[in-house]
Amino acid sequence: MIAIIDYGMGNLRSVQKGFERVGHEAVVTNNPQEILSADGVVLPGVGAFKDCMRNLENGRLIDTVYKVIENGKPFLGICLGLQLLFTESEEFGIHKGLDIVKGRVVKFSFNTPNSELQTPNFKVPHMGWNSIKKSGQWSVVSGQKNQFSSIYEGIPDNSFFYFVHSYYVIPEDDDVIASTTDYGVEFVSSIYKDNIFACQFHPEKSQEAGLKLLKNFGDFCKC
Amino acid sequence: MLTRRIIPCLDVKDGRVVKGVKFLNLRDAGDPVDVAEIYDREGADEITFLDITASHENRNIIIDVVYRTAERVFMPLTVGGGIRTLDDIRNLLKAGADKVSVNTAAVKDPEFVKRASERFGSQCIVVAIDAKKIQKTGDRRQKAEKKENLNSELRTPNSELLRWEVFTHGGRNPTGLDAVEWSQRMEEYGAGEILLTSMDRDGTKEGYDIELTKNISETVGIPVIASGGAGNLQHLYEGFMEGKADAVLAASIFHYREYTIKEAKEFLRGKGVNVRL
Repeated sequence: MIAIIDYGMGNLRSVQKGFERVGHEAVVTNNPQEILSADGVVLPGVGAFKDCMRNLENGRLIDTVYKVIENGKPFLGICLGLQLLFTESEEFGIHKGLDIVKGRVVKFSFNTPNSELQTPNFKVPHMGWNSIKKSGQWSVVSGQKNQFSSIYEGIPDNSFFYFVHSYYVIPEDDDVIASTTDYGVEFVSSIYKDNIFACQFHPEKSQEAGLKLLKNFGDFCKC
Repeated sequence: MLTRRIIPCLDVKDGRVVKGVKFLNLRDAGDPVDVAEIYDREGADEITFLDITASHENRNIIIDVVYRTAERVFMPLTVGGGIRTLDDIRNLLKAGADKVSVNTAAVKDPEFVKRASERFGSQCIVVAIDAKKIQKTGDRRQKAEKKENLNSELRTPNSELLRWEVFTHGGRNPTGLDAVEWSQRMEEYGAGEILLTSMDRDGTKEGYDIELTKNISETVGIPVIASGGAGNLQHLYEGFMEGKADAVLAASIFHYREYTIKEAKEFLRGKGVNVRL
C-alpha cells in the first residue's frame, strides 16, 4: 500500500488513480499511523510553499514526514513535494523548508527590464510538456549507485513530462541530481537521495511516461 | 525545450458532449470521458471541458464527469463554466481537475481571482477572456496617438487603433473593459494562464484573431491559449508563430475528425513548431 499525504493541497485523486492504473494500491490519507505503516509514501502538492508548510504543520504531519524518511521508507515528492524537501524557498520572502535536501528554491526570472515591450521569451509559470535529461546514476562522492537509479527504467532519455511551476530547486550537492530540464536555464527536474525520489513534473499527468514512473516507484516499494 | 500545446475543448451540457462528436469506434460519443480518453491516447497535451449547463440543479453533474475522467485520463484537465465560488473550485480540484477557468466571476469581482490564486495557487487559475474587436476613434484619438509609437503595427490603414473589449455570457454582455489591460490586471491578481477567445472568430473557422492574440501574449508574462476560429492546421500554425500563443485550443476540427491530434502535430513539426510527438 502506498500512502499519499493529504494536507489539503491540490489534485490528489489523479495521483491515486495513476498508481491504481499501474497495479499499485494507494490511499489518500492524513493519518500519521496509516502513513507510517505504508510501503511507500508520496508527498504531492501544488500551490504556495508557505501555505503547504503551514498545512503540513497544522496537520501535525511534519514529524511524520521526517520519520518516514528516517525509517528509510521509499518516498516520492511531486512538484511542491520536491521543493518542500529543501532548506528554504524564496517564494514571497524566505521560508524554511524541511531541510532534508540541502539547497534553495528560487523563481524563474526572465525579466527584460530595459525594454518594456520586448517579448518575454519564457513565460512563468513554466507550464506544459518539457523533456528531461537523465543524469548519471553513480555518485561521484561515494561511487555507489543510488538506490533509486532504476526509477527511470523503461523511460528513454528526453522523454516528455508535464510541468507547471514558477520556482525550481538548486541543490547544493550535485550528486542528488536525477535529471535536468531546459527552460531558459537548465534546472534540476528531479532528485534522488537515499530513499527519496522527488520530481518537479507531474508523473500523474504525464501519460505513458508518467505512469511508467509511478509503476517503477510502486515496484520499488514492494521490494 | 518546452513544447507548444494543443488542447481539444469539449462543450459539456448536463454531463453530455454538446454537438455530436464524430468518432468511429467510440462506445458513446456523447460521454465526455470516452472522448477525453481518445484524445489522451492520441497525444493531446491537455483537455478542457467547458460546462454550459444552464440549470443550477445540474451543476454537480460536471463534478461527476471530472471524477470519472480522473480515473481514466492522465493528462492535465481544465474545467470552465459557471465557476462562482472558492468551493466550486475546491470541488473540481478534489474531483480531479488540475485547472479551472473563470470568466464572468472574474469580471464581477476581480478580487475573486486574487483569493482563488492565493488559496489554490496561480498554476490552477486560468482566466478566460472573451474579446470582441472595436475601433478607437474620435475623443479616444489623443490617447490612441500616445500609444501609436508603441504599437504601430497594430494600426489599421485608416489610422484607427485596434482595441478589444471584454464580453461575458458567451459574448452577449459587454463590460467596457479593454482586453489587453484586463489581461495585465488578471496577471497581477495571480492568474496563471489566459484562455483568450475571439468572439469575432469563434465558430467561423477563419482562423484565430492573430492581432488580438499577439497583443495579449506579448503583454503578459503568463502563458496564453489562443481560442476561437481554428478551421484548419495552418490556423494552428499561425496562432503559434504569428499570434505567439503558448497553446492553441480547438474544438470542431478535432471533434469532426477533420484532423487527428497526431496529424496536427506532424504538420506543425514539419513547419518548425516545437511540439510533443
